[in-house]
Parts: sequence; structure tokens; C-alpha cells
Amino acid sequence: MTFDDFLLAFFSLEIVGQAWPILWTGLQQTLLLSAIVVPLGVGGGMLLALLSTVRHRLVRWPLMVWVDFFRAVPPLVLLIFVYAGLPFAGLEVSAIGAVAIGFFLNTGAYYGEILRAGIESVPAGQMEAARSTGLTRWQTMRYVVLPQAVRNVLPDLISNTLEVVKLTSIASVVALPELLFQARQAQSVTYNATPIVAAAVVYFLLLWPVVRLLSRLENRQLAGRR
Amino acid sequence: MAQTPPIVAAHGIHKHFGTLHVLKGVDLMVAERELVFVIGPSGSGKSTLLRCLNRLEEPSSGSITVDGIDMLSRSTDINAARQRVGMVFQSFNLYPHMTALGNVALALRKVQGKSRAEAEARARAALDRVHLADRAGHFPGQLSGGQQQRVAIARAIALEPRVMLFDEPTSALDPELVGGVLAAMRELREDGMTMVVVSHEMGFAKAAADRVVFMADGLVVEQGPPAELFGAPRHERTRAFLGQIERH
Repeated sequence: MTFDDFLLAFFSLEIVGQAWPILWTGLQQTLLLSAIVVPLGVGGGMLLALLSTVRHRLVRWPLMVWVDFFRAVPPLVLLIFVYAGLPFAGLEVSAIGAVAIGFFLNTGAYYGEILRAGIESVPAGQMEAARSTGLTRWQTMRYVVLPQAVRNVLPDLISNTLEVVKLTSIASVVALPELLFQARQAQSVTYNATPIVAAAVVYFLLLWPVVRLLSRLENRQLAGRR
Repeated sequence: MAQTPPIVAAHGIHKHFGTLHVLKGVDLMVAERELVFVIGPSGSGKSTLLRCLNRLEEPSSGSITVDGIDMLSRSTDINAARQRVGMVFQSFNLYPHMTALGNVALALRKVQGKSRAEAEARARAALDRVHLADRAGHFPGQLSGGQQQRVAIARAIALEPRVMLFDEPTSALDPELVGGVLAAMRELREDGMTMVVVSHEMGFAKAAADRVVFMADGLVVEQGPPAELFGAPRHERTRAFLGQIERH
């Protein structure tokens, strides 16, 4: 195989031109999936984190089992299980519904642990001061604790979000035409690996600004601690 | 003092933390406009007693009324009741993500339901009382410890409480910053505020307190006017404690 053959197989501009319409629909699907699963995950995580502040053991034990379970089960297995398994329980779910449920369960558990750490990083004195002025538990959470909690774990939240966006590629197993799925379609049609390379470039261009933002935040937090 | 009913009446307060018996039947009465100083060695339960008064700690048994409200009753709206009891903490506990003005205005808006404009006007007035009106837009991180503690005082008095609780308000401060906080407390007292102060500032106690309560091992050992308690302590325990303080 000559170098030209290599270029042709992986970096053919002609193939990029042919595959682009397919890749473009894939990118749109990936963005749509991210726009669904990230808020669901953050929302689910917030719910779990708030529940974790309830000290009652009837809440604590089920919560611990829930979080441990959904963090331990591989997301791909979970997704297949939801998509293929729920119909047996009499629940027909669309592919996108299965992705939403699977990600809610899996990434919700991860976001939940991050937010819980954030809540625990806020000194108890903050809660006491707020309660001493007559704020309710919930008002204290909303106005005093959560704003500080989120700020304290913002780098971890963004970092997790990067992982979640990349993880949307597993939606291909339930035949959702997201970016990687489309790239492989294009690859099999063109007998050429260029679409895969192109998809990688698209992922990179999509996520790199977020990665930059993340490092800046992390540096700022380090500087703040000094 | 005997004519007016007490603002704070705590009777037979017990508090257990697990197997630890921190308060062993404490009574505390505070009359209107009175400044009561609570002193004692660390672990004597004085901070716990203070925190029971606004139910930040739930007493194991006993009764507490503040301004006629039964603080321990299940039917009492504790969040409404707490507005009558201002509290200042050793570590200030200002909200770091809000300006001084935001710190003071939060409960005015969310608890008392005032409009933003009215809450901020009242917050500014409260900051003015501790001479920090010009720092309204500063975040806690931009203020000295003494200024932070004065903002914390403003946050409490903005709600117009009937009694103020101070839990070692100057213990976390550098010595040169203590004066400003004590001055703010003195002004508050001159305005007629009822105050219960847990502190080691004996000079302030001698100068400003109406009554000093000495606690040890979860009990009130003795109490009386500062001249009496500091000048002629009756109990050996009190003498030992005061002797140790003197030597510092």
C-alpha cells in the first residue's frame, strides 16, 4: 500500500464531499440527543442529590442502591435492556425514548454523585445561618446551598457532560442515526474510512471549545484555592 | 425587671448528643433590654444552649419560650419564630456568592415577602447601623473579618428580632478587628436590643453586661451582675475559671 493509497483510504476530500450530507444529519441527531439527555441527566442528578440530603434511612438505603446499581451497569447494556426489555413489561418505547430513559438512569446517577459532593462541600454554617433567619429548608437549598454547590463542582459537571455527549454514540445500537452511526453507514457505502475520520474531526470541533473552557475553569479554581 | 415578662424563658433544658450529656437541666431567663453574658470553659454547653434557643439544636427535653412563643411546640411555625431571634456566628457564615446587600436582603425578600426595592432599602438601613453602607456592593471575600461579622449582624437585625444571640462573635477575628464588632454590639445595646452573648471578651462583659452566667459541665454554676461575679465569685469552679482567664 502506497502513501497515496493510505491518504485515499482515510483522508479523501472527495469522499468527505460525498459523505457530508449523511454526516450532517448524524451531527444534527447527536446534537438533538445531547439536548435531550444532558438536561435529563442533570435534572435526575439534582433530584438524587437533593434526596441524598434527607437523612432518613428509608430514603438513604434505596438511594444508595439506586445510584450504585446505575453507575455499575454499563450504559450500553442498560440501553439495550431498556429498549428490548421494556416491551416485555408491556411498555413500548421508541428508540429515542429508550435513550432518554437509559441516560436518565445512568448519567443521572453520575451527575447526582457530583452534585451531592457539591452540596456536601458547602459548610454546614451556611445552612445554619440561613435557617436562623427563617428561611425554610428548601429556600436555603435553592438560594444559599445549591448556587455554591454548583459553582464548586462546575468543572466536574462540565467534564461529565463531555463524556455524556460522546456517549450518545451508543444510541446507534437502537438504530438512531447519530454521528458515528451515519459515519459507519457512509463508510460501508463508500468502502472508505474517511467518513470515520471526518466524524472524529466533527466531534473534536464540537467538544474542543468546551475542553478549553474546562481547563480555564480548573485553573481559576486552583488559583482561587491558593 | 420583675414586672415585664421575660423575652427568653428556658426551663430544664437537657441536650444529649448520643451518649454525651451536654446540657443537664439549664434554666435561662432574659428580660427585655437585658444583655446577658454566658461564659464558661469549652465544652460547658454554652454554645449548645444558645443554639437551642432558636432551635438550631433540638433540646432533648425542657421548654423554651421566646417573646411568648413556644419554640419547641410542633404547632409553632419555627421559620416565623426564628425571625424574632437573630443569630450571629463565630465564623460569620455570610453567603459568599452574594454581596453584603444581598446577604442582608435575602430573608427580607424570601421570608418576609418584601419587594426587592423595599428589602434593599431596609438592608441598606441595616448596613448603615453597622456603618457599612458604603460596602453594600462588596462580596464577603472583599471584606475584612470584622466587616464580615458586622454584615452578619446587619443580616440578623434587618429582620427586627426581639432578641439577638451572639455565639463567640469575635473569636475568629484578628485582635485589631475585634473593636469594630464590639462597638457595633454596644450600639445595638444602646438602642435597647435584648442580647445573649457567648464570648470570652471579659472586658466587654464587665463594661456592658447586665448579668453574667457562668456555666460548667452542662449546668449553670452561678450568675449575677458582672461586678459581683467577677469581683466575688462564690463557687470554686468559677474562681478557677476566672483565674485561668486572668492569666492570659
